[in-house]
Amino acid sequence: MSKEMSGAAMIVEALKDQGVDTVFGYPGGAVLPIYDAIFQQNFVKHVLVRQEGGAAHAAEGYARSTGKVGVLLVTSGPGATNTVTGLTDALMDSIPLVCITGQVPTHLIGSDAFQECDTVGITRHCTKHNYLVRSVEDLPRILHEAFYVASSGRPGPVVIDVPKDVQFALGKYSQPKNIQHKTYRPRLKPELDKIRQAVKMMAKAKRPVFYTGGGVINSGPVASTLLRELAELTGFPVTSTLMGLGAYPASGKNWLGMLGMHGTYEANNAMHGCDLMIAVGSRFDDRITGRLDAFSPGSKKIHIDIDPSSINKNVKVDLGIVGDCAHALEDMARLWRSEGMQADKLALAAWWKQIDHWREKKSLAYKPSKTTIKPQHAVQRLYELTKGRDTYITTEVGQHQMWAAQYYHFQEPNRWMTSGGLGTMGYGLPAAIGAQMAHPKALVVDIAGDASILMNIQEMSTAKQYRLPVKIFILNNQYMGMVRQWQELLHGGRYAESYTDSLPDFVKLAQAYGAHGIRCSDPADLDRAIQEMIDTPNAVIFDCVVEGQENCFPMIPSGKAHNDMILADLSDDAGIDIGAVIDEKGKALV
Amino acid sequence: MNAPSPAPAPPPSPYSSALGKSNSESHTLSVLVDNEPGVLARVVGLFSGRGYNIESLTVAEVAHGEHVSRITIVTAGPPEAIEQISHQLERIVPVHKVTDLTVTGRAIERELAMVKVRGKGENRADALRLADAFRARVVDATVESFIFELTGSPKKIDEFVELMRPIGLVEFSRTGIAAITRGPEMM
Ligand SMILES: Cc1ncc(C[n+]2csc(CCOP(=O)(O)OP(=O)(O)O)c2C)c(N)n1
Repeated sequence: MSKEMSGAAMIVEALKDQGVDTVFGYPGGAVLPIYDAIFQQNFVKHVLVRQEGGAAHAAEGYARSTGKVGVLLVTSGPGATNTVTGLTDALMDSIPLVCITGQVPTHLIGSDAFQECDTVGITRHCTKHNYLVRSVEDLPRILHEAFYVASSGRPGPVVIDVPKDVQFALGKYSQPKNIQHKTYRPRLKPELDKIRQAVKMMAKAKRPVFYTGGGVINSGPVASTLLRELAELTGFPVTSTLMGLGAYPASGKNWLGMLGMHGTYEANNAMHGCDLMIAVGSRFDDRITGRLDAFSPGSKKIHIDIDPSSINKNVKVDLGIVGDCAHALEDMARLWRSEGMQADKLALAAWWKQIDHWREKKSLAYKPSKTTIKPQHAVQRLYELTKGRDTYITTEVGQHQMWAAQYYHFQEPNRWMTSGGLGTMGYGLPAAIGAQMAHPKALVVDIAGDASILMNIQEMSTAKQYRLPVKIFILNNQYMGMVRQWQELLHGGRYAESYTDSLPDFVKLAQAYGAHGIRCSDPADLDRAIQEMIDTPNAVIFDCVVEGQENCFPMIPSGKAHNDMILADLSDDAGIDIGAVIDEKGKALV
Repeated sequence: MNAPSPAPAPPPSPYSSALGKSNSESHTLSVLVDNEPGVLARVVGLFSGRGYNIESLTVAEVAHGEHVSRITIVTAGPPEAIEQISHQLERIVPVHKVTDLTVTGRAIERELAMVKVRGKGENRADALRLADAFRARVVDATVESFIFELTGSPKKIDEFVELMRPIGLVEFSRTGIAAITRGPEMM
């Protein structure tokens, strides 16, 4: 059954058939036929962003909070180039996106036509795959294939570049059939023999740790359930990367907190001192490993990942298992039971004792204040006042992002959206808009910094147009705090260009965008102000004036190992000279 | 500030060392790809983007009906890096198959070169004699020049070119390596 229609109509038809209800986009000359087709139907809702970069991050927020593919639609030339940051962000964090770009008509390609750019050339390095559609006959296949490639295996962004003449051309549309791609066949089921080997290693382990990542989230909620089950079965401790938060609940008894550069003392020391590391959907990123040649020196390592190239990339492992996390975890739990495996209870008890000893360091402690709001305290209060609710948290990039990860305790997957791999300032507000579109009734909060929020502040207009009640909770320290922290630690406190001068009046800014503005600088008033934010039915910009020069701890300085952490100095004297701790080689790292 | 290290230290895993310390090796990879636009750019871009090097690269369609091309790449790096390169290549959506011919062994590697030599008298005779010894064919001749066509291992071509240099080497063009495994099986 194939119907004759224009290329533009096919695009809308394919979106429907793929179950896409929301598209984030911005019109222009090269996509007018598609906009015309969208105008004439009611199934696919189009959300007009205010800059194409916002569309990409909004689609990411939508995707990450739903597990579905995020879709964006932009015009040729500048429309396409504006999406490059978001596409790269999605590639780094394995977020499924389909980005449809308009292109100049086929006969003008290569002539430096108005708003022509080599979109497939430019995006080749920041997509999982991309297509230039040369003929309307290819369009239905490419559209369906793009959704399959974006969402299967290790998810990622896919670009479809559609010249304007192809949008006008008539052709036969066909619905998606069971796609068997000619070359692309990701492996989902792990080799059972390897799982058996893994389970044996786990039963022998004396100091095991689960090190989980974004792959568990990408694998779907069932993977998180299975992870919880396996942690319960084995009694092993669990830590997670920034991207993996929520897969194992922060209230769970096996939880060590986040690991890595700003991870907890117990998580990083457990990684350093373990004798068996079970990496699940995590990729041994440099923020996680610290100094590579001192990374977990005494452990055997099992690595489960859907992407074979992730295995042995940065850290050589003893047992690499290629497959989807949910499949692997399911097989592990099943074999653990059916083969009557038992953890080494005695050894495990000693290991937990050691972990409790590390916990006593209270590495997330900070000096409280009665006069200024401590940023950590602000996140803690936000958590306490929102924890019972249906809440989604996004962030920008900087200290506030780390404080959000440390002090907001995630209990469920898909509730936490942050730019991990690329570290893109400006991600949080559009991502919150995407999440709010997908979950209109939920409380969506962008925990922001005063510098980052200005990178995509124009999206407040989008929030207004669609009446999206997103809450922007700015930890306003008047600095690019993370930059300032590094300058304090590594560049003699010379704060070159990191003071955020000339900030707007955020309360007035909120009003200008038809939102509600709140400012709070008094710790005693904080709870009331946060409650006001929660109770406000429309969008809010909350200017939370916090301690200006607070540093984010604990911290593994660049070039150092996991057991070389720096903790916050809680005494009243001058503080630690971290500059003296980091050597020249570390200073050259990022 | 250091953590008390947990006692007692177990014997270290044989694989706990960091990567990138072992020696560089040259490997020949055969990559079957769907011959769609941009696929070569993706393959080459992968090498430049991730800092791998390409010593030789050849590409041609090998199955016209199915639009399958075969890319032969010679690259160098430590074994771990080569393994990583193979996996990264496999990740490219239109890639069918990647085979490391150096690991599977027993591959035949050949290159074709055309070598232009200019000279008179004694030099002409020398050039012809050497060409004969290398089984090179004369494909163009003038009163003062020859173009030789030669196939063989890259080493053989290097040697030939070096011998022609003092005689009057003008320029040469070589194809890069094509490679195939021995025996009846496909790669
Ligand atoms: C687009 C982009 N540009 C630059 C950076 C580098 N950078 C990382 S954190 C940071 C400062 C962020 O400041 P702010 O948003 O105020 O957050 P804070 O660290 O103060 O919480 C900068 C500039 C980045 N991550 N992204």
